[in-house]
Amino acid sequence: MTDPVLDVRGISKSFGGLKASDAIDLDLRPGEIHALIGPNGAGKSTLIAQIAGGLAPDSGAVHFAGRDVTALSTAARARLGLARTFQISMLAMEYTVLQNAMLGALGHRGGVFRFVRSVMRDHDLVARAEAALEQVGLQDFRAFRTAELSHGQRRQLEVAVALTLDPKAFVMDEPMAGLGAEGSQQLVGVLDRLRQQAPILLVEHDMDAVFALADRISVLVYGRIIASGTVEDIRNDPEVRRAYLGEEA
Amino acid sequence: MKRETLLNAAILLLLLALPLWASVADEPFLITLTTRAVILAIAGIGLNFALGFGGLVSLGHAAFFGLGGYAMGILAFHAQNYTPMMEWPLLIEGTKSMPVIWLVAIVTGALAALVIGALSLRTAGVYFIMITLAFGQMFYYFAISWPAYGGEDGLSIYVRNSFPGLNTMDPIQFFAVCYAVLLIVLFGTWRAARSPFGLMLGAARQNPDRVQAVGQVPYRLYLTAFTISGAITGLAGALFADLNRFVSPSMLSWQTSGEIMVFVILGGVGRVFGPVAGAALFILLEHTLGGLSEFWHIYLGAILLGVVLFAKGGLYGLIAGREVAHD
Repeated sequence: MTDPVLDVRGISKSFGGLKASDAIDLDLRPGEIHALIGPNGAGKSTLIAQIAGGLAPDSGAVHFAGRDVTALSTAARARLGLARTFQISMLAMEYTVLQNAMLGALGHRGGVFRFVRSVMRDHDLVARAEAALEQVGLQDFRAFRTAELSHGQRRQLEVAVALTLDPKAFVMDEPMAGLGAEGSQQLVGVLDRLRQQAPILLVEHDMDAVFALADRISVLVYGRIIASGTVEDIRNDPEVRRAYLGEEA
Repeated sequence: MKRETLLNAAILLLLLALPLWASVADEPFLITLTTRAVILAIAGIGLNFALGFGGLVSLGHAAFFGLGGYAMGILAFHAQNYTPMMEWPLLIEGTKSMPVIWLVAIVTGALAALVIGALSLRTAGVYFIMITLAFGQMFYYFAISWPAYGGEDGLSIYVRNSFPGLNTMDPIQFFAVCYAVLLIVLFGTWRAARSPFGLMLGAARQNPDRVQAVGQVPYRLYLTAFTISGAITGLAGALFADLNRFVSPSMLSWQTSGEIMVFVILGGVGRVFGPVAGAALFILLEHTLGGLSEFWHIYLGAILLGVVLFAKGGLYGLIAGREVAHD
């Protein structure tokens, strides 16, 4: 089996008496979508923050692309190719759709501290941004102000910006949040194709999307991974059914 | 042509035509007034770099403005008294040469902004406002209590500094120098706003988390913008002191910071030409309202309230509409 792209080893994090992450092991292998599910308050956001940067674990390590990134900043991890999308859209709302995609292309390529040439005349950057927009189906909206986009389109744009980072792995925090059935379906289609480009760690509440997309599922409850396996394994796991899926399964 | 481009051209033409006419009509006061507007516009462009492009609400920009003023004052003071600024370890003499003074003012403004920014930018929001204000006041009180350079009374310079090939004591020639500097600063700012740096800085203003997620560090962008901002404001300070042939601690006071901010807001925050329109409007109001009443600041306050409440984009927002995305 190939080495995992992202490897979380024994991460623990406590806030006061609360163990938000309790010796979590998790990995992401090339070509897969690994879904992370769990009830509210299970510690998903805490885990994401430790993987993407911004929150340092009390113990344990995060390995990404063959190196220990535990001590690296969010920005440094992003430069290594860890592309994160946010639960609440983190976009520059005054910018056009294209400009937002350019941010990713520019941030990834570097050369930000240049003051003279117009960035919109940088054909290489524009081409990369446009390619990403096309991949998520936003090419016709490139000149729209981001604030004018629908909620679903903003989610697509989040993914497009992540794509411009030429990522080695995606970490997606509830990309389906707030989407209607049609929007979810469309995004499921996009993500489904994306896994060939880079594996996705998918935190998601929408179980239809999870079951449609995931190659593997890990279940996080009270800061611990209580089960990990294929969709079938998880559906049939009695502990998971009791703790989480309940009447849904 | 877009309305914004027309407005830009109109303001620049007006600022040029007015003093030219005044020169023919022999109204030197009007030339001085316009020169003042041009210099304040440069200071506003400086503040706008931090406030408009970077979203950094600084109430300490008088520090850079005043430092530029004192850079001019101190250099010219030593030159007119034929005393060296420093004899040991190396001899540094004063100068009356504008280009040299500008360079010193720019470097001083930039260095001060780099240091103040490096410390202040660790905070955000209202704390950032307060800490920049505190730094500004530090410089103010330092200037007041430093008798070598006039203390509270400031420094008078008898003859305006020189620019190669020009007679700067002639108001229209000094105006031409300031106008040329304004054009250069405007052009540079306009390019920077559209550059890769401008794009990323704007993103850092709107959403710092986004900038981190694409692998960049907002702090570095802010600090660079703040430093450039300080450099431009310092240059404006040197010109301002040269216009008045006088520099005093009042240039460093927080009222000055407030005034610069007022006309940036009047003109339109974050618009390249906004401070130019704002400074021109400010001078116009000061002149016309000041003639009506001693308490003209009350009217200015009312107008500012109106702008903030009803015309959020300032004069530019009102006339040229929302900024067109530049692509």
